Amino acid sequence: MPSTVALTVARYRPERESEPTFQTYEIPFRKDWVVLDALNHVKDELDGSLSFRWSCRMGVCGSCGMKVNGTPKLTCATFLSDYVPAPIRVEPLDYFPVVRDLVVDLTDFMRKLKQVKPWIIRTEEKPPAEGEYLQTPDQLDTYKQFSMCINCMLCYSACPIYGLEPSFIGPAAIALAQRYNMDSRDEGAAERLKILSEHDGIWQCTFVGECTKVCPKHVDPAGAIQQYKLTGATRWVKSLLLPWGTR
Amino acid sequence: MDLSSCDVLVVGGGGAGLRAAIAVAETHPRLRVAVISKVYPMRSHTVSAEGGAAAVIKAEDSLDEHAYDTISGGDWLCDQDAVEAFVREAPEEMLRLEHWGCPWNRERDGHIAVRPFGGMKVERTWFAADKTGFHLLHTLFQTTLKYDAIQRYDEFFVTKLLVGEGRCQGVVAIELSTGQVRAITANAVILCTGGCGKIFPFTTNASIKNGDGMALAYRAGAPLKDMEFVQYHPTGLPFTGILITEAARSEGGWLLNKDGYRYLQDYELGTPTPKPVFRSMELGPRDRLSQCFVKEQEKGRTLEGPYGHYVHLDIRHLGEKLIDKKLPFVRELCLKYVGIDPVKEMIPVRPVVHYMMGGIHTDIHGATPLKGLYAAGEAACVSINGANRLGSNSLTEILVFGARAGKAAAAFAAEQAGASPSLVAQAHDEQRRIEERFLRKSGGKERIATLRAEMHQIMEESAGIYRTETVLKEAAGKLKRLQERFQDLSLDDRSYTFNTELTAALELSYMLDVAQTIVHSALERRESRGSHQRTDYPQRDDERFLAHSLAYRAEEGSPRIAYRPVTITRWPPGKRVYGR
Amino acid sequence: MSAEPHYTLYHPRWYRRRVSVWWWLQNRSYTWFVLRELTSVFVAFFAVVYLWQLRALAQGPEAYGLFLLRLKTPLFLALDTVAFLFVLFHAITWFHLTPKAMVFQVRGKRVPDWVIVGSNYAAWLVLSGAVAFTLLRG
Ligand SMILES: Cc1cc2nc3c(=O)[nH]c(=O)nc-3n(C[C@H](O)[C@H](O)[C@H](O)COP(=O)(O)OP(=O)(O)OC[C@H]3O[C@@H](n4cnc5c(N)ncnc54)[C@H](O)[C@@H]3O)c2cc1C
Ligand code: SF4
Ligand code: FES
Repeated sequence: MPSTVALTVARYRPERESEPTFQTYEIPFRKDWVVLDALNHVKDELDGSLSFRWSCRMGVCGSCGMKVNGTPKLTCATFLSDYVPAPIRVEPLDYFPVVRDLVVDLTDFMRKLKQVKPWIIRTEEKPPAEGEYLQTPDQLDTYKQFSMCINCMLCYSACPIYGLEPSFIGPAAIALAQRYNMDSRDEGAAERLKILSEHDGIWQCTFVGECTKVCPKHVDPAGAIQQYKLTGATRWVKSLLLPWGTR
Repeated sequence: MDLSSCDVLVVGGGGAGLRAAIAVAETHPRLRVAVISKVYPMRSHTVSAEGGAAAVIKAEDSLDEHAYDTISGGDWLCDQDAVEAFVREAPEEMLRLEHWGCPWNRERDGHIAVRPFGGMKVERTWFAADKTGFHLLHTLFQTTLKYDAIQRYDEFFVTKLLVGEGRCQGVVAIELSTGQVRAITANAVILCTGGCGKIFPFTTNASIKNGDGMALAYRAGAPLKDMEFVQYHPTGLPFTGILITEAARSEGGWLLNKDGYRYLQDYELGTPTPKPVFRSMELGPRDRLSQCFVKEQEKGRTLEGPYGHYVHLDIRHLGEKLIDKKLPFVRELCLKYVGIDPVKEMIPVRPVVHYMMGGIHTDIHGATPLKGLYAAGEAACVSINGANRLGSNSLTEILVFGARAGKAAAAFAAEQAGASPSLVAQAHDEQRRIEERFLRKSGGKERIATLRAEMHQIMEESAGIYRTETVLKEAAGKLKRLQERFQDLSLDDRSYTFNTELTAALELSYMLDVAQTIVHSALERRESRGSHQRTDYPQRDDERFLAHSLAYRAEEGSPRIAYRPVTITRWPPGKRVYGR
Repeated sequence: MSAEPHYTLYHPRWYRRRVSVWWWLQNRSYTWFVLRELTSVFVAFFAVVYLWQLRALAQGPEAYGLFLLRLKTPLFLALDTVAFLFVLFHAITWFHLTPKAMVFQVRGKRVPDWVIVGSNYAAWLVLSGAVAFTLLRG
């Protein structure tokens, strides 16, 4: 194993330049280091002006998503040893506007998340004093997978549809909508379907499937979207056949 | 200067902050409430809590037992009126979270499932696999989205509290995306900024946990309470400090020394049994277990690796099925970060700085002595955790006291008139300070990383698991010198847009202040209690120290320590007995 | 545009990358995806051929014979082979997609993906068998 590795990092300093550039740093190679450790080494020892987000360093807060050698990754869960001796290239996530260096703007996702109503909707609320809503382990299992999303945005960065059509609600937000739809305590599926079957919703997805592949938490957003489409289509056919009845 | 205003301003988008914001929106729907956070709320460190949250729900349990476990676990330094309120309101808070959609693990019949936890006599810890904090935080965050009254300032970094006419009336903050310094005024401010583990080199805490709120309050004149009590968690992964949840032991895991011996039996923690026994052996409290590690190391019975001494946590006998069902994250973390599979191999672990029992002094409603300023969560000290927090009490605490602080702050805010005119001038001064001290400063030769590393070393040597007078005294002097050297700091980055070197510098200055309060409080407490162990004063001394320490910021910058009595209601101080 | 970036203090100036026309060559799964989108053309091709066949049938045996002859020209054989491969690709993709779109529960347990995919293939085999049987018998 080599003792150093070349780390090429995308830089963008809006107060100085109008386009991103690349900068290469020589960093020590350590077996236990993840890409994020290398970035922190640069920031602490070599160049304090490099900006990137991070927090938990254990793959659960979702801050540190970047492109590593072209693929969207959580940099705190991606080891240098997976790449060396080849050089490593770190870039901001695709399809989001770049604010500075490796930091991208997430305002768009935060707006879309709210749009899909990711909270429990019920016609009647039970006061907490009356105890819990019952839910069996099997009922929990039906939505659990979709509830594991850490909002890391890797899936958006892997979705060419989002790149071409920025109005597309996108994988994670749809998966979260489906998470609530499948929850036995929720009654808001119809309300959400109305929003998601609009132009920017599920029908924009043509099943590239790359979102599921890059998802670090095995959420399978592509699967969620396909489930959603099926419900949407069935509902539509039903409304054609039985225009007067059924919800 | 951009000036905005709201009625109640919550600083911090973790569990405590979000719960407080919802409480304001629900009890006073007409008030405008804002949440300001230096990271997007769902990135807050509540997200990494693993094991669970305690609340009495099962028929065989009782509020008194939860209170007793908490008080004895805290070595009688808890305020018992606060503990009583805490255990009483805990179940309802947890149920509320269930109604908001938190995916709690369930029994076969659909009722909430609970697991045992360290220091608890009965199973009462609710859990969502071993990602409880993650689910709790995302549920809370997604629920806040439905309230239009809750406004958010995401990625705004608070640098100062605005105080006018003797009350807190807002904050000054840097909008990270632009670098603009802004003033946000409010009739009440709630600090929910979390802990300060990053003062130490080896910690489970995220990079954002720098004691910001504690330092902000301290600088504004509010005292910090019980700062000498720093919790070491007995089982962190070497090098990364990633936490292996206590649930691994409560499900039946064993701690083994280098001879494969369950060494806890040598330290008055009971006798080994194959199945876990409440309040015994591996289910003892965290302070004791971490201290046992040090003693075991002194006896030369720990293992040694590239990142220091360690012991083994063995969960192999639990079997793959149980591990995948109840501890999937433990397996994921071990595979990813250590390259071992806990189904087949033992996990290397060592004590790691985990939690701050101390914090901003508040009463039972979250109010600090500074009018208009409230605090909740790990940043605050009510205190229910005393000298040692029990695992799984903290997530419940952020809900119960987040809600309490939210309600109290809203009631206070509703009574107040508008903001004082002096605030604008204060905000301008703050803007000038940031520019002059950091962005346009010439000269200076210190780097952030150097100062931070020295602070780490000082804290680990002086305020670790065992402490003594001489080392603490020395540390106090060294920290003072570090504060002076901080004045000579120089930044590489002089730009406005998303300047993370600037925020790191501000965080370092917060940490230095908080570190001083820890060292000075530890120096003054000449006894051993809970997580504060003095080798020169090995006994608990109720005569002199059944009291909370309060660290005030003195004129010349170093802390001044005072004391206030502990509230005792029904449980007079007794001996802490485990393993029986 | 001037070389100096226009930047006013406090106003964010985001950089937006434009998506290249060749984005689908960036990685293999994007390329497969675009090819899969293309399969629709070939599905349409089969449909057109089928309509044409119906028309020939309606015009009488002579026209139908001519139609069959045309089908046997090398050009058509080649086109047919390509189209067949694309349609096969299309079918296989959708088979593997079904378990994602439809989650079946049997006695509270989720039916594993491979069972659903497998039953797709089984149904395909049975149907193809039936078709082959009718054709070859006659
Ligand atoms: C690894 C780990 C596991 C744990 N497991 C458990 C467990 O199983 N059970 C249990 O009960 N407890 C557990 N704990 C403890 C518990 O998670 C924390 O005490 C609790 O989550 C703290 O919540 P909080 O809301 O007070 O703070 P945090 O969640 O830390 O939130 C702090 C907020 O303040 C904001 N903030 C901070 N400074 C500023 C500033 N200057 N300007 C603007 N915003 C700022 C941050 O952006 C953030 O939103 C665990 C802790 C850790 C580290
Ligand atoms: S679905 Fe997966 S990739 Fe997308 S944001 Fe969520 S965790 Fe990240
Ligand atoms: S730093 Fe939290 S996910 Fe990587």
